[in-house]
Amino acid sequence: MTQPTLIMGAVAYAPKVVTIWEGFKAWFAQQGFAFDYILYSNYEAQVEAQFDGTLHVAWNSPLAWVRADRMARSRGQSVQAVAMRNTDCNLRSVIVVRSDSPLQSAADLRGKTLGVGAIDSPQATLLPLHHLRLAGLIGGQDFTVRRFDVLAGKHGDHIGGERDAALALLAGEVDACCMIDGNHLGFGLDGTLPAGSTRIIERTAPYDHCNFTTSPDAPQDLIDRFVELLMSMKYDDPQVRPLLELEGLKKWKPGRVDFYPDLAQAVDEEGFYSADGRILRADYRY
Amino acid sequence: MDAFFVPTIDIDRLGLDEGGLLLVRRALAQLAVGERLHLRGCAPDWDLHLTAWCRQQGHEIEVHRLADGPLEAVILRGPWAQDRWRGALESGTSQLAKDEMPAQIADAAWGLAARGATVEAGSPAIGFNLRHRDEIWAATAGDLYRQAAAAQWDPQTAIDWDAPFDLDPEIEAAIAQVMTYLIENENAALVVPARHLGQVHPHFREVQQALALQCADEARHIEVFTRRLGLRGHRPMLSTAGGQASLHTLMQAPDFSSATFLLSVLGEGSFINLLNFLHEHAPDPVTRQICRLAARDEARHVAFAMAHLEHRLTAQPEFLTRLQNAVEQRHEELASSAGLNEEVFDALVLLAAGALTPEAIAMGHGAVQRLKLDMAAGRKARLLRLGFDAVQAQRLADMHTRNFM
Repeated sequence: MTQPTLIMGAVAYAPKVVTIWEGFKAWFAQQGFAFDYILYSNYEAQVEAQFDGTLHVAWNSPLAWVRADRMARSRGQSVQAVAMRNTDCNLRSVIVVRSDSPLQSAADLRGKTLGVGAIDSPQATLLPLHHLRLAGLIGGQDFTVRRFDVLAGKHGDHIGGERDAALALLAGEVDACCMIDGNHLGFGLDGTLPAGSTRIIERTAPYDHCNFTTSPDAPQDLIDRFVELLMSMKYDDPQVRPLLELEGLKKWKPGRVDFYPDLAQAVDEEGFYSADGRILRADYRY
Repeated sequence: MDAFFVPTIDIDRLGLDEGGLLLVRRALAQLAVGERLHLRGCAPDWDLHLTAWCRQQGHEIEVHRLADGPLEAVILRGPWAQDRWRGALESGTSQLAKDEMPAQIADAAWGLAARGATVEAGSPAIGFNLRHRDEIWAATAGDLYRQAAAAQWDPQTAIDWDAPFDLDPEIEAAIAQVMTYLIENENAALVVPARHLGQVHPHFREVQQALALQCADEARHIEVFTRRLGLRGHRPMLSTAGGQASLHTLMQAPDFSSATFLLSVLGEGSFINLLNFLHEHAPDPVTRQICRLAARDEARHVAFAMAHLEHRLTAQPEFLTRLQNAVEQRHEELASSAGLNEEVFDALVLLAAGALTPEAIAMGHGAVQRLKLDMAAGRKARLLRLGFDAVQAQRLADMHTRNFM
């Protein structure tokens, strides 16, 4: 009898994605676990495939998690976040100005232009706009939002939008821009934003990033074995280490969902998805 | 670590994107996994950057405000940096003591690492074909490399290219033909070690270095012979099928030792005689200078080849039969070829003669005959040194290609 195969979905935001999941597939095979993957060009198609029986599990962005959760709930089903990277926990986004800017806090952005990432980027668009809304400023109303849409549909996985916004900040095309905390450090280290050239005026609350989201009715035994194997991956294993490094983690952790509500709220504020997970934004092209 | 000692560093105004990470990394490296580092600073947003960095590196971190105002971070060192080096490979001794040898077999997974480096497990195995010591090693390789490095000469300044001389056109044409022949042979002498050089595992650093300078020597010889050829406006002259067939067999030798034996012990060894002959008989100072310098280089190549073969034959005495077979096989392959072309032979005679008179030619012819005898005697002496008996040494010396190289 053929061993059942766990089918995972992933979004091809960069060529290395093939290398990563081919490596995982080979490693899973060595552990006696039948695993295969399907690549999507965007998270929307991937989440939809979780509801038509195509996928057992998906490597989802936080925004894709929000949509999958809404779609499941609206159908009387449920999805679970079963695993995530150690690097997916407790991220913050920042709002950055040029160091010589008179802007000191969120309130000073009134009437100014804010550079954000792609329309569907949690870290560089949705969460910073939510943070400013909490401070009493509504994008498009109290300040101008200039989007740096790079590879929409990939939920900001591509760093290009944040980099373009940062370059626009240095060029004086926007008054402030948004990025993930690690990218502010990274842009300083790689010279995109020379050290001392920018200043952080706002930090969002901590939030979580990607997770493995199960599909409704995914076979529990397959999911359990999949998670068990993920948790057994050790950084000191020279065969496993390159895979973990490519995927950007030191270890897998059990999934958690209590750091996604801010994003869910942002989704509603920006009218991105409906309560049942339909796409509402007419200007969202992917 | 002392239970009461709390490791603390203060990076002051230094941003983490301005080099501060270096201080953090060094401080963490002093701690065991699970120990804590306290860190203070006052650069803008240092705590945010440090938190992002710790998340990426797998260290736990807490940031709190001290009673007197400033922020302090407490980092719990994670195991990941250390885990990277579990199962790492040790790759031998960097500097060999006198009479010490490198590893018998170089591990493909040592790859391109410096000999003696600690190599991360999982590094790619790089397919260097020459990774067995006895296949390439020479005890004096390091010494010969150092000699070669010290003896490199600059063709521009080592040769007096403007030295005055005026030759009969027939003599100048003979020089051009000999230079054409020398370049062709030096091309082979460059290509053969170069083909092996890329296959030598870098663990055998001294061999790699010696071969690299051997290639550099040959590149320089090709340059000076080419410059001398054109010094009075001549273009390169004739290249024969037989000559190239002879050199081609060097490129087909089945292994490094056989190739080194045929090229250097027999071929370049004979070439030293030829270059000395030209140094003695060349009619102009430029040719004499370049042949003297080239002969000096070739002597090192022969010395390396002899040292290698002495090592190999000590380790594998039966390899002597392989060397004998290599000579016999090459002789068979070249049996139907013409050997040294008439134009080169006549040019050598003419250079030694210095004129086209019968008396001068007789003298030149005699000199070339003595050259050939000297070459054969040299080959026999080297074969004897490698362990062939006198009869075999004489027979194999005589079977060497008539094309000299």
